[in-house]
Amino acid sequence: MAQKNVVTAIHDALHEEMAADDRIVVLGEDVGVRGGVFRITQGFMEEFGPARVIDTPLAEAGIVGVAIGMALHGLLPIAEIEFADFIHPAFDQIVSEAARIRYRSNNDFNVPLVIRAPWGGGIHGALYHSQSIEAFYGHVPGLKVVVPSTPSDAVGMLRTAIRDPDPVLFLEHKKTYRAITGDVLDEPYTVPIGVADVKREGEDLTVVAYGFMMHTCLETATRLQEDHGISVEVVDARSISPLDKQTILSSVRKTGKAMVVYEDNRTYGAGAEIVATIAEEAMFDLDGPIVRIGGPDIPAMPFATSLEHFYLEPEPDQLYRRMLDLARF
Amino acid sequence: MSTTTPDAACDCPAGGGSASRSKQNGVLDSAPKMAVEATRQSEIDTLGLSGEDLLSMHRFMVLARLIDEAAIRQNRQGKAPFVIPVSCHEACQVGTAWAMRRGQDIWLPYYRDLAVVLVAGMTAFDVFLGIFSKAGDPTSGGRQMPAHWGSRRLGIITGSSPIGTQIPHAAGIAYAVKFRSEDAVVATWFGEGATSEGDWHEGLNFAGIHKLPVVFVCENNHYAISVPQSKQMAVENVADRAAGYGFPGVVVDGNDVLASYAAMKRAVERALSGEGPTLIECKTYRFQPHTSDDDDRTYRTREEVEEARHHDPLDRFSADLKTLGLMDDARIESLRAEVKAEVDRAVADAWAAPDPDPATVLRYVFEED
Repeated sequence: MAQKNVVTAIHDALHEEMAADDRIVVLGEDVGVRGGVFRITQGFMEEFGPARVIDTPLAEAGIVGVAIGMALHGLLPIAEIEFADFIHPAFDQIVSEAARIRYRSNNDFNVPLVIRAPWGGGIHGALYHSQSIEAFYGHVPGLKVVVPSTPSDAVGMLRTAIRDPDPVLFLEHKKTYRAITGDVLDEPYTVPIGVADVKREGEDLTVVAYGFMMHTCLETATRLQEDHGISVEVVDARSISPLDKQTILSSVRKTGKAMVVYEDNRTYGAGAEIVATIAEEAMFDLDGPIVRIGGPDIPAMPFATSLEHFYLEPEPDQLYRRMLDLARF
Repeated sequence: MSTTTPDAACDCPAGGGSASRSKQNGVLDSAPKMAVEATRQSEIDTLGLSGEDLLSMHRFMVLARLIDEAAIRQNRQGKAPFVIPVSCHEACQVGTAWAMRRGQDIWLPYYRDLAVVLVAGMTAFDVFLGIFSKAGDPTSGGRQMPAHWGSRRLGIITGSSPIGTQIPHAAGIAYAVKFRSEDAVVATWFGEGATSEGDWHEGLNFAGIHKLPVVFVCENNHYAISVPQSKQMAVENVADRAAGYGFPGVVVDGNDVLASYAAMKRAVERALSGEGPTLIECKTYRFQPHTSDDDDRTYRTREEVEEARHHDPLDRFSADLKTLGLMDDARIESLRAEVKAEVDRAVADAWAAPDPDPATVLRYVFEED
């Protein structure tokens, strides 16, 4: 057991995987000599060589498209998109190609591809280094989308993603990279994709969240316990697609109250799907209205501190007050 | 060359393609010498094609043409919802495909590449299973539109409808081939319209940087549906674009099957010897509308299409073979009858084959347990 932040945890897990399986290659902008702008692949070029650690041209569709080709011919590519905000040129390759190659070929071909991308805001990333992209891709059959938020989950889910015979979009919240530290087991383990995790048990209220928001919710839950003796259960969705409906519904049925929190723009966000699932399948177990908290419907987060803070918290202590209101409903 | 078989291309039927190709020169000596046109003969000798090769290439061109005509008839009869014509592309397709090794090399065709996939190992029956979207369609089990080719067994990589998306795949596969030191070449085919796509640029750029064993074949028929080449690019030749990627671009007469073969042969040799990619531009035309749903009268004059028909690559190659003494009118007639019978049989058998079971529609989104 070792204490690691998210960056170190992913770096170490990726390193172990590459050392164990020479079919794995990483490719992307600045992943080579620079070791990645977030240092995830630091030292890889020296150790594994330029054939397995590929500094690509600045071309996101090409990165994913080339990686699909590699995956179709015996390699296990891990493509890095430098910031999730820049993944949009690759949308066609991800949606029209990677995600439907198995289906369209009637199971004749498959694409064992992992695409890693740092997402999310709160780090002065402004409009083009803060975006949440999970909803665009969570809508796509044939593609798995995961959003681990702790070092331990990131490691276990990365291993699962690499072993998955189908494409996985592996989203790493930038604000967790160095801010979140936790225990990581020394021996190899995996965390399944499509299984949510109850990060804090509680009786009065269920909060479903993911990414950095999940940590904010945990912190808020602790304060509510201390201040008011309110017991909040926090469910970390971890996987956007497939979504673990059972864990979410079990928790909601137990507490009778449901709140869904996500950083993305509220409208059509992934939280809308979670809310709809609860409304469809647990309506009569609820003792209060479902509460949905998402970001304002503006194009991501502006740069200025005051504006960025407003995006994340439009009212002072919003999460605390909304959880308290729901618990008391 | 060794016969190492890459994962994506195995269990291929024997015969056809280059497996049966003789490499010795001068094999046409047995043909009636008086009928041999000296220049053509010498050109063929240089290519190392046997008389058997030439006849086989010709037969593939006839097969593609007759499948095309039959497919359009099936569409007009209401039995095929959508077909994609090939006519006039047969020479550049057979010519370039002939330089590939069936069962060993890797093919990324586009939707008009009927003759390419026939050389790669698909049969007329396979093609009509796709046209009628039958359960046995080897490409997709009736899931995709016809002509969206794919077959792991034959090394034909599954394709889609968005234009040019296969170009980076070809580069990535070629990277894997080089990474694994396999004896294989990757080729991808596309129209001139595809060369405007960002994916096309990104794929060629990556292939050039890493000197990958891949050949890019443009079948330039001068129209992307209705948009003429003059509104697609400001250069005269697609091949000129290769300069931007650091490898050669070659222009060939795409209505000349042997010129197409010659260019591809050199490109394949270059790829296999580690010298990197080549972009080949085959100038050709399409006699038919873009698809069965298109009306080309809205953008091409009948005079232009009629003029193009005077340069029919199939007539041209038939004439070549007659000059070489390998064919005569009677043999061409009997070949057409024989191939037509094969196509008619394929149509009937495919039409009678079972449709996909609706219960399978939810399958294969992900790997199944």
